[in-house]
Amino acid sequence: MTVDDEPLLIADGLSKWYGRQLGCCDVSFRLYEGEVIAVVGESGSGKSTLLQLLCAQLAPSAGRVLYRMRDGVTRDLAALGEAERRFLFRTDWGFVHQDAALGLRMTVSAGANVGERLMAVGWRHYGRIRDTATNWLDRVELDRARIDDSPQTYSGGMRQRLQIARNLVTQPRLVLMDEPTGGLDVSVQARLLDLLRGLVADLRLSVVIVTHDLAVARLLSHRIMVMKDGQVIETGLTDQVLDDPREPYTQLLVSSILPP
Amino acid sequence: MNAPAYNFAYLDEQTKRMIRRAILKAVAIPGYQVPFASREMPMPYGWGTGGVQVTAAVLGPDDVLKVIDQGADDTTNAVSIRKFFVRTAGVRTTTSTQEATVIQTRHRIPEMPLSEGQVLVYQVPIPEPLRFLEPRETETRRMHALSEYGLMHVKLYEDIARHGHIATTYAYPVKVEGRYVMDPSPTPKFDNPKMNHCPALQLFGAGREKRIYAIPPHTEVVSLDFEDHPFERYRLDGTCALCGATDSFLDEVIADDRGGRMFVCSDTDYCEGRRTDQPSVMEAASDRG
Repeated sequence: MTVDDEPLLIADGLSKWYGRQLGCCDVSFRLYEGEVIAVVGESGSGKSTLLQLLCAQLAPSAGRVLYRMRDGVTRDLAALGEAERRFLFRTDWGFVHQDAALGLRMTVSAGANVGERLMAVGWRHYGRIRDTATNWLDRVELDRARIDDSPQTYSGGMRQRLQIARNLVTQPRLVLMDEPTGGLDVSVQARLLDLLRGLVADLRLSVVIVTHDLAVARLLSHRIMVMKDGQVIETGLTDQVLDDPREPYTQLLVSSILPP
Repeated sequence: MNAPAYNFAYLDEQTKRMIRRAILKAVAIPGYQVPFASREMPMPYGWGTGGVQVTAAVLGPDDVLKVIDQGADDTTNAVSIRKFFVRTAGVRTTTSTQEATVIQTRHRIPEMPLSEGQVLVYQVPIPEPLRFLEPRETETRRMHALSEYGLMHVKLYEDIARHGHIATTYAYPVKVEGRYVMDPSPTPKFDNPKMNHCPALQLFGAGREKRIYAIPPHTEVVSLDFEDHPFERYRLDGTCALCGATDSFLDEVIADDRGGRMFVCSDTDYCEGRRTDQPSVMEAASDRG
C-alpha cells in the first residue's frame, strides 16, 4: 500500500454533546486525498458541529480525529500541541466560512488578506508576496486592479472568492467548507461552484463541504453523507444516494429539489 | 513645617515592591508584557501614569532625575512630573542627559548616547503592538505565546500597498532578542536603532493598560521590515535653526502667521549643549559621525 492509498483524514466515532443537547453522534468516515465529501442535512442536524470537530476547533465528547501530516505520519489531532494545531490550520488546512467576513480580515486590503498566511509562515519579501497574491486573484477570477481595495468594497460573491484565495495560497491539502455558496444569488453561485470544481480538481484537494443544497453536493462531491438529528443516516456515492435514496428522510430531501 | 504626607516617591513600599517584582520579571523576559496592579496616580491617564509608577519604584534618594516630553525638558508634562518627584521624593533633578541616572521620557530617546547604569523609563499609552489588527486580548496573548507574528507584517504590507513605502513613523514594531514583538511606545522610528544594544536599562510602563515591559542592557532590538523594503530611519531634511545640528531629530516650529517656519532639535538638552559649546557634547556628536 503506498502512502497515497492511506486516508488523509479519519473521523472515528465522533460525538459532541452540548450539555444534554446532542451536537452529533458517533460519526465515522475516511477521507482520501483528492476526494470531496458533502455533508447534507437540514439545519440543526449537526453538520457544522461535525466540521468544527474535524478541524479541532471543538473538542469532541467522544471519538477522535486522525490526520496524515505532510511527513506521512498519521497523528491524533487531540495529541498535537496548540502551536502545531494552529500551524496546521493556517498552512495545510483551509476553512471557508459561509459568511466571508468571518474568514477575512475586513480592515486590510485584499492583497494583505491573501498574503497573510504567507507572512505567517515566514515570507519576508514584499514583491514576492504581492506577485503571489496577484496570481491568486487571477485564479479566482478577481480583477487584479482591485488588489489594494478593502474587502468591504467587494460584493458577496467576490468576498467568497477572496476567502477561497486566502485559504488556498499556502496550498493546503484539506479544505473544510461551511455552506460556501449560501446567501449568494443563483448566477453567482453557479460561477463560484464552477470555479471551486476547477480548483479542487487542479490542486487535488480533499474537501469536506457542508451544505443543505443538494445541487451543490451533486456538482462538487464524490461521496455524500446525510445527517439528521446528529446522526449520519445514509452515506454513499453522490449519484447513487441522489438517484436512489434509501432512507425516507433522504427521499424527502431529494424529492424537494425543484425540477429544472 | 508639616510632616511629609507621602511615602518616599509617593507610592507606598508594598506597591513599589509589587512593581519591582513586575520589573524583574520583565527584565528576565525581554519584550514580554508583564501585567501589574497599576495604581491610581494623582494625574490623568495619558499623562504618564505608567512611567511615573515605574520611576517611583526604581528611584532612590541618590538618583538624579531627568524628565522629557517629546525630547523637551520644559514642556508642561515634563515640568509637572519633575516637580512631582521633587516634592514627593526630594531627589535631585537635572536637564542634562549625561548627569541623570533615571530618565523618564515620553516619545523620545535622548540624542546623547546613554551609558551603563542609566535607566530610561518610557510612558506607554498602548503596549500591545497587535492591538489594531487583532482587538481580542485573549488572542493577542496567545499569538505572543506562540510567536505568531505574521500579522505584524500584514500591517507593514498595508503601508507599502497604500503608500509605496513603510509609512509607519512612530510606534514602529521591533523584535526583542529574537523572540517577542514589542511596541516601543510612540517614539519616532528615528530612535529605534538607539534601542539596539543600548547599555542603559530600558523600562516601559503603561498605567491604564496595566503592563510593564523591559529591554535589559545590551539586548538585540530589531525593527521589523521586508527584504525588499528594509527599515529606514526617518528625519526631516533640515538643519536645526538654533544649533545647526544636521543629525538630530527635528521639530518643525511655526514662527509667525505668514508661513514662516523653522526646524529645531526636539531634544532641548542636546541643542543647548551644542550651543554652549560643551566640549563633551561636541565629542559625542562627532563620535556618531
